Amino acid sequence: MIAIGLEGSANKLGIGIIEHNTETGVVKILANIRHTHVTPPGTGFLPRDTAVHHREYIIPVIKEALKTSNIKIKDVDVICYTKGPGMGAPLVSVAIVARTLALLWNKPIVGVNHCIGHIEMGREITGADNPVVLYVSGGNTQVIAYSEHRYRIFGETLDIAVGNCLDRFARILNLPNDPSPGYNIEQYAKKGKKFIELPYTVKGMDVSFSGILSNIETIANDQLSNNQCTPEDLCFSLQETVFAMLVEITERAMAHIGSKEVLIVGGVGCNLRLQEMMAQMVEQRDGKVFATDERFCIDNGIMIAHAGLLAYRTGFVTPLEKSTCTQRFRTDEVYVAWRD
Amino acid sequence: MIESAILIKQGAEARIYTAPFLTRTAIIKERFSKTYRHPTLDKKLTARRVTQEARCLFKCRKSGVDTPVLYFVNTENSTICMEFIQGMIIKDLLISDNEYIQNKEKQDELAEKIGIALAKVHAVDVIHGDLTTSNLMLRESNQSLVIIDFGLSYVSSLPEDKAVDLYVLEKAFLSTHPNSEEMKNYKASQGILSKLAEVRLRGRKRSMVG
Repeated sequence: MIAIGLEGSANKLGIGIIEHNTETGVVKILANIRHTHVTPPGTGFLPRDTAVHHREYIIPVIKEALKTSNIKIKDVDVICYTKGPGMGAPLVSVAIVARTLALLWNKPIVGVNHCIGHIEMGREITGADNPVVLYVSGGNTQVIAYSEHRYRIFGETLDIAVGNCLDRFARILNLPNDPSPGYNIEQYAKKGKKFIELPYTVKGMDVSFSGILSNIETIANDQLSNNQCTPEDLCFSLQETVFAMLVEITERAMAHIGSKEVLIVGGVGCNLRLQEMMAQMVEQRDGKVFATDERFCIDNGIMIAHAGLLAYRTGFVTPLEKSTCTQRFRTDEVYVAWRD
Repeated sequence: MIESAILIKQGAEARIYTAPFLTRTAIIKERFSKTYRHPTLDKKLTARRVTQEARCLFKCRKSGVDTPVLYFVNTENSTICMEFIQGMIIKDLLISDNEYIQNKEKQDELAEKIGIALAKVHAVDVIHGDLTTSNLMLRESNQSLVIIDFGLSYVSSLPEDKAVDLYVLEKAFLSTHPNSEEMKNYKASQGILSKLAEVRLRGRKRSMVG
């Protein structure tokens, strides 16, 4: 069975084509094409401009994906798109293409929860069986574990996502958004030497980042100009603090449910320092950490195709009149029929 | 003392040992350093949490909440020595004890005990900070509800913090015991409960109507 996945919930536009061999269970990635809306340093991406970007590039990207995969339209079984969560305008601009293709090619359509896409793709690529999932990106920060047909949220951010905190700090420092602000913070952090104390906000299983961001913004304004610290030191301290918080709540979730595996997904998940810290924690617990690289960590179409196809194989189809988008769509709202 | 101790549990941030203490059995909780954390951050967090834990534990015990009795604290090697509780952990009870799984009355009784104990904790402005069913026990001798692991607790009189504390417990119930959603009974001031309703609406991506 072959599915095509359309993803555009944030500034990444991704088209993926995946094949599931329903007999052997082997999954084959036929195409994974992405085009990113990059804004100038010091600015973030706005919903309207991002939607314009997606509208402009979606047709060429789909064509490229079809060409790469070497399949014919009649081979496609189902069209999957991101139903949410995400930014409204970009979601809608991609969903309308999904609906059009479904009508044009006469194919069924499946709306996919973006977070579930990340989790299922991570499990498929790494082979992790039943891990505690840390989902960290620009819009989401959640610690998730599977139980009774749902991905249940054990801990999450109470305000902004960790990626948002990093991105906005990159904006304060005027770091480029190419390839991504988080990547540039990671490179700066490698050269940081001095650890500057920042608030450490873990509330039970939950975390909060907005206070840390205001605090480091104040420090940046006060101390950068008179050379009390360097931008590198700030990036280093910010990463060390927020990642320690994330590793701590992940560890608590592992201890609580007695799991030994961790899977890191989402854009921030390709940060090597976070992976390293997680590996150190897991080593102390005699467990294993699973992570993927930027092809699958960062938003992509293949994960939407994969999660959509898993649902489609259990008989799930989104009727055309219900193929809407929603900005708020929690991970635990999805009934996971394809797992025991 | 730690030499003669037997490791019984490796928690998320501490090792728990049992060891003889004078004529009794004691629990020794040793916080270990986290290699993933920056040493400065690690030292600061560990020291802060050891003192906070000891203070909150003592404060609750003094005001009549059933918690382990504090024997002594060693900030040098980050250990706290306290009473060993003979009893069952509520999480195990709700998962494996048929009496609790089927009997609604038994569940209500337990819920009430939890509610009363938490109300007492909050009455002295202690916020537990990590309320899960793993941190609640039933003492074998008198079936009294014991609250353990004050590792993340702190002192605050804000209804906000108390409400978040309850919210953490509520989420722990929902995520670990999906079919036990009615199992709470906390009698407290209206202020905290209305705050709780507010806190429930937090968290991202909730579907909102209106």
